[in-house]
Amino acid sequence: MVGISIITFGISHLVPTDPAFVALGDHATDAQIEAFREKYGLNKPVPEQYWIYVTNLVHGDLGISLRTRRPVAADLHDFFPATFELSLTALIFSILIGIPAGVVSATRRNHLPDHVVRILSLIGGSIPIFWLGLILIGFFYGRLGWLPGGARIDKFIPAPEHVTGLFTVDSLLAGDYKAFWSSLHHLVLPALALGYFSTAIIARMMRSSMLEVLNQQYVLAARAKGLRQRLVIWRHAARNALIPTVTTIGVTFGSLLSGAVLTETIFSWPGLGRYATNSAINLDFPAVMGVTLLAALVYTLANLIVDLGYQWLDPRIRHG
Amino acid sequence: MAETLAIPVRSRRPAWRRSPLTVAGLALIALLALIALSAPLIAPANPLKQVLSTRLKPPSAEHWLGTDQLGRDVLSRMIYGARISLLIGIVVVGLAASVGTFVGLVAGYAGGWLDEGLMRITDVFFAFPALILAMAISGALGPSLTNAMIAIAVVSWPVYARLVRAQVLSLREFAYVEAARSLGASAERIVWGHILPNTLAPLLVQASFDMGGAILSAAGLSFIGFGTQPPTAEWGVMISEGRNYIATQPWLSLFPGLAILFTVAAFNLIGDGLRDALDPRLRGTG
Repeated sequence: MVGISIITFGISHLVPTDPAFVALGDHATDAQIEAFREKYGLNKPVPEQYWIYVTNLVHGDLGISLRTRRPVAADLHDFFPATFELSLTALIFSILIGIPAGVVSATRRNHLPDHVVRILSLIGGSIPIFWLGLILIGFFYGRLGWLPGGARIDKFIPAPEHVTGLFTVDSLLAGDYKAFWSSLHHLVLPALALGYFSTAIIARMMRSSMLEVLNQQYVLAARAKGLRQRLVIWRHAARNALIPTVTTIGVTFGSLLSGAVLTETIFSWPGLGRYATNSAINLDFPAVMGVTLLAALVYTLANLIVDLGYQWLDPRIRHG
Repeated sequence: MAETLAIPVRSRRPAWRRSPLTVAGLALIALLALIALSAPLIAPANPLKQVLSTRLKPPSAEHWLGTDQLGRDVLSRMIYGARISLLIGIVVVGLAASVGTFVGLVAGYAGGWLDEGLMRITDVFFAFPALILAMAISGALGPSLTNAMIAIAVVSWPVYARLVRAQVLSLREFAYVEAARSLGASAERIVWGHILPNTLAPLLVQASFDMGGAILSAAGLSFIGFGTQPPTAEWGVMISEGRNYIATQPWLSLFPGLAILFTVAAFNLIGDGLRDALDPRLRGTG
C-alpha cells in the first residue's frame, strides 16, 4: 500500500503545470493562487506533502477534484458501480464462453472446433478493444439497430433507485423489469467488446492446461473404469485444469479495468474509466490519483479472491 | 499382425520454422518493416496533404483505401502509420527490457536486502492495471508519442525484471558459473559474460509478445488523446478520427484497425513459435 501511494503521489508531481493555475484558471490573482497553495499544502516540502496525502488517505480523504469541485471519494463512489457492473458482466461472459471453448478445443484437438477456437483466441488477444467497440456500434447499432450503442439505460426509462449502484441488480430489487431489460440491453455491446480479450486468454489457458491434464494417469484410470466421456472430461479433467486458469482469470481482471477506460470512452459509459480520462485531459490529478489508487486496490483484491479460489478448487492447498 | 515401430525422425529445420503460423507471422512483420522503411517511395500521396474537394471518398482505383474527412489518402496514412507502430514496439520493448533485465540481474545475483527491495518495487508496479497507470503517467508528462512510449515502458519493465531474476537464481547455481567464480572472475564478468547470455531466450519470447502489446497500448492511448497527436499518421489516431463516421464511412476506422490486428497477431504468432521452440513440452498447447 505504501508503494502504491508513493507511485500515485509521484505521478501527480510529474505534471509540469501548477495545479493552482489549473484549478483557478488564467485570471486568478497572486493572492488567490497563494491561498490555494496554502489550503492544499502545495507550498510545503514534497515529503511533507506526501505525509499530508497519506494521512488524508487513511481517513478516506482523497482530496477535491479540480474539475467537478467535489470530493474525489464521492466521485469514485458515484462512478465505480458503472465500471464494476460492466467489468463483472464482461468477466462472467469471458468465463462462461472461455472455459467451455478451451475444454472443447482441447478434447477435439486438431479438429475443426479446435481450429476455430484457436483462431478466435488469436484474434481476441490481438484486437484493439476500442476498434472492436466501434465496429460493434457501427454494425449492431448503426446498421441493424438491434442494440443500443451507448449509455447505461434508455433515456426514457428512469434509472432505478440506488441500492448497489448496479442498474441490473437495483432494477430487479425494485421489481422494475422494464429498467432491467433496458440496462441489460445496454450492457451487451460494451461487455462483449471489453470481454473478448479475456475470453481469448481464458480459452487459451484452459485449452493448454486441459491438454496437460488429459495425459495424466488419473484421467486414464477414470476412462479405464468405463466412466462416460462427459464425466471424465468435466468432473475429472476440467476441474483440475481450472487451477491455472483461475490465476489467469485474476490477471485478466486487471486488463478488464484497463480496457474499461477505452470501452467507456466509446460507449459513453459513465464509469471510472471515462471519469479518469476526462480528469487526466483536464490535469485534474487528485481525481486521477484517486482512480489509479482504487484500480490498484480492486486489482489486488481480485487476486486475493483468486488465491482463496485455489483452496476451493485444490484440496491439497486447503489441507496443506 | 506385424507391428510397425514408428521412429521419430528429427527435422533439420529449427522448431520455429516447422510451424507455418510462425513463419506467416515473421513474413508479415518482414513485410511491414519493408513497407515502413520504404514509405516515402511507395506511399501514393503525402499523408498530411489535405484535399478538401475529395473528402470522405470510398475506396476506388484512385484512392485504394479511400480518403478521410480532410481529403487525405487513407492508404498513405496507413503506410506512414506502420513506421510509428514499429518504432513504438522497438523503443518500448527496448527500454522496458533494458531496465527490467538490469534490475533482474542485480536482484538475482546480489540477493539479500537489495533483491528484496527491488522485488517489492516490481510488485508495486504489478498492482496497477497497466493502461490506467500508463494513462496517468502520459497525462502527467503531457500527451505525445515520446511520453506515451515512456509511459508504456514504465509499466512494462517489471515483467522482464521478474523473468530475468528467476533465470539468474537458477543459473547462478550451475557448475559453469561456479567454475568461473573459482577461477576468480569478477561479479560483473560472471553476470554479463556468463549469466546474461543464458537469459536471452525467454527474454526474446517475452519481447515478441510485448511488441504487440506495446503497439496495442500506444494505439489505445492515442485513441483517447494521450499518445500521438493529430495530424500525425498513426493507426490509433486514424481510428479515433474515423469514429464519428463509423456508420457511414467505415473504411476510415476499418483499415487502420485491421492493420493493428494483423500486426499484433503476427507478433503473438512469433512469440508462440519461439516459446514452442525453446520449450518443446509446450508445443501445440498454446
